[in-house]
Amino acid sequence: MEYTRRELMTLAAARKIRDGEIVFCGTGISMLAAMAAKHIYAPNSVIIFETGAVDSRLEEIPLAVGDPRVMYGASSCTGLADAFALMQNPTTGCHVVGILGAAQIDRYGNLNSTAIGEYLRPKVRFSGSGGACDVASFVDRTILFMQHERRKFVNRVDYLTSPGWLDGKDGRRRAGLPGVGPEAVITDLAVMAFDPESREMFLEAWYPGGSPQEVLAHMEFAVDVSRARELEPPSARELKILREVVDPQRLILG
Amino acid sequence: MRIAPDKVMGLEEAVSRFVPDGAHLALGGFTCNRNPMAAVYEIIRRRRKNLHIYAHSNGQGVDELVGAGCVARIEIAYAGTGRFAPTCIRFRKAIEEGRIAFEDYSNYQMTLRFLAGAMGVPFLPTRSGLGTDILARWGFSEEVRAADPRLPKKKLVVCENPFGDWAETDRVVLVPAIRPDVTLLHVQKAAPDGTCRIAGLAFADMEQARAAHHVVVTCEELVGPEALRDEPERNQIPGVVVDAVVPVPYGAYPTACYRYYDYDPVFLNDYRTAATDERRWAEYLERWVYAMPDHAARIAAVKERLSAIQADPRTGYATGLKR
Repeated sequence: MEYTRRELMTLAAARKIRDGEIVFCGTGISMLAAMAAKHIYAPNSVIIFETGAVDSRLEEIPLAVGDPRVMYGASSCTGLADAFALMQNPTTGCHVVGILGAAQIDRYGNLNSTAIGEYLRPKVRFSGSGGACDVASFVDRTILFMQHERRKFVNRVDYLTSPGWLDGKDGRRRAGLPGVGPEAVITDLAVMAFDPESREMFLEAWYPGGSPQEVLAHMEFAVDVSRARELEPPSARELKILREVVDPQRLILG
Repeated sequence: MRIAPDKVMGLEEAVSRFVPDGAHLALGGFTCNRNPMAAVYEIIRRRRKNLHIYAHSNGQGVDELVGAGCVARIEIAYAGTGRFAPTCIRFRKAIEEGRIAFEDYSNYQMTLRFLAGAMGVPFLPTRSGLGTDILARWGFSEEVRAADPRLPKKKLVVCENPFGDWAETDRVVLVPAIRPDVTLLHVQKAAPDGTCRIAGLAFADMEQARAAHHVVVTCEELVGPEALRDEPERNQIPGVVVDAVVPVPYGAYPTACYRYYDYDPVFLNDYRTAATDERRWAEYLERWVYAMPDHAARIAAVKERLSAIQADPRTGYATGLKR
């Protein structure tokens, strides 16, 4: 069955979400992944937004986390203070998985969504952290979305907006961060993971039709490919739900 | 803050009284939802200069104020309107061309900064941002901070947990309070004394209102003095913190106002095209802001679009809207 890279990316992230988890999502493809997970693998997952909507039913896909569509059928709708409290207090926070994207990433999953070039006079300015730094600081598990390009997988991010594993090993603990750290990076070529000891990125799986060499050619830094396998292609059922239920208007699937 | 039974006034009067040149201004709403757009356009029409903006995640309001040259400095977590402009276009240009000073925070840090202002404490702690450039990189120099008593002397401060290892925390980030001169909010319903009822997500409007010296509220509906008193538990902002109440139907347009109307995708897409090009941007400002006597005239000029964005009573937004 034919499918697009974007469809496989969405499903690769959705497959990582466990039933019963609280899923924090940002704008764009991360919302698709959260909705796909809920409809396909994790019916008891709970979708939350930093704007304060908790357990949204999402009848239509929101185009921003501030979109009024995030309120549909929600369990409660309050505000930012409440949403961030839920993801950082130790009782609920350890059940939250955050899905984030960025403009640059390094080998430890540190993210830049602020600026390329010098911070005060950048070559390219982006939106800024929003809630990404908060989520990356607080929650126990994050899944990151990236376009797999050499200029985006860099030795050093130009601005560290959201903490990954910082300088590796127990870097997060030394910095005093509460949450655990990034678990996977989902790209348009591959799924990357982080070594449990060094916290360095490695190749977990490449997409059907691709290769580890192709993945490496799209990065500024090299990663271990010895543990990699080819990812299972989407099943007919996964694609059907994604296309017919999750984003029938193809607003984000494109 | 003002105690009076009737604070109803026109937008011209509210902006001329509470938003002078150089004002420190907080914007309510979130990205493409409930931005106080009518007030923003009035500020642009009055050609205010040197504003200092505070926002968590704001989109349309920030972008139009920056693009019209009203803003000198901005403290912000996120400037974007979702798919319509993942990064606000005039904001991006202004920073890349060095035309505004700016400083980055996270959404939670900004929320806590407003809350600290509202509480009257100098700072609040969080664990967000440890190890990041949000802590390491300042946007405003010590000289800029020293020159304006409304700015704290430092950006963010990391502090050892003074309670030892209580709550399994080694250290915290202290975020300084914000006390805006004025906060602008758009709400669904307000009474003449300033009592506000927000439908749906309140974002950080409650904290932003309580942190400010003055609050200007625009509302879809001005209701009678007693109308919001029957169910006060549904009101988020008490009249005492509000200085001016301005009835402005479609006051958040082209952003959304839950249970009243959706964002206008046609306008926001046209805006993106206009904002990308200098000549088109100047034409946009002239046609859609300066040439409009008031917000009602602007809304009259898009009246054929309004039926498409009417909120569906079942969902609170325009179900099935072509986006």
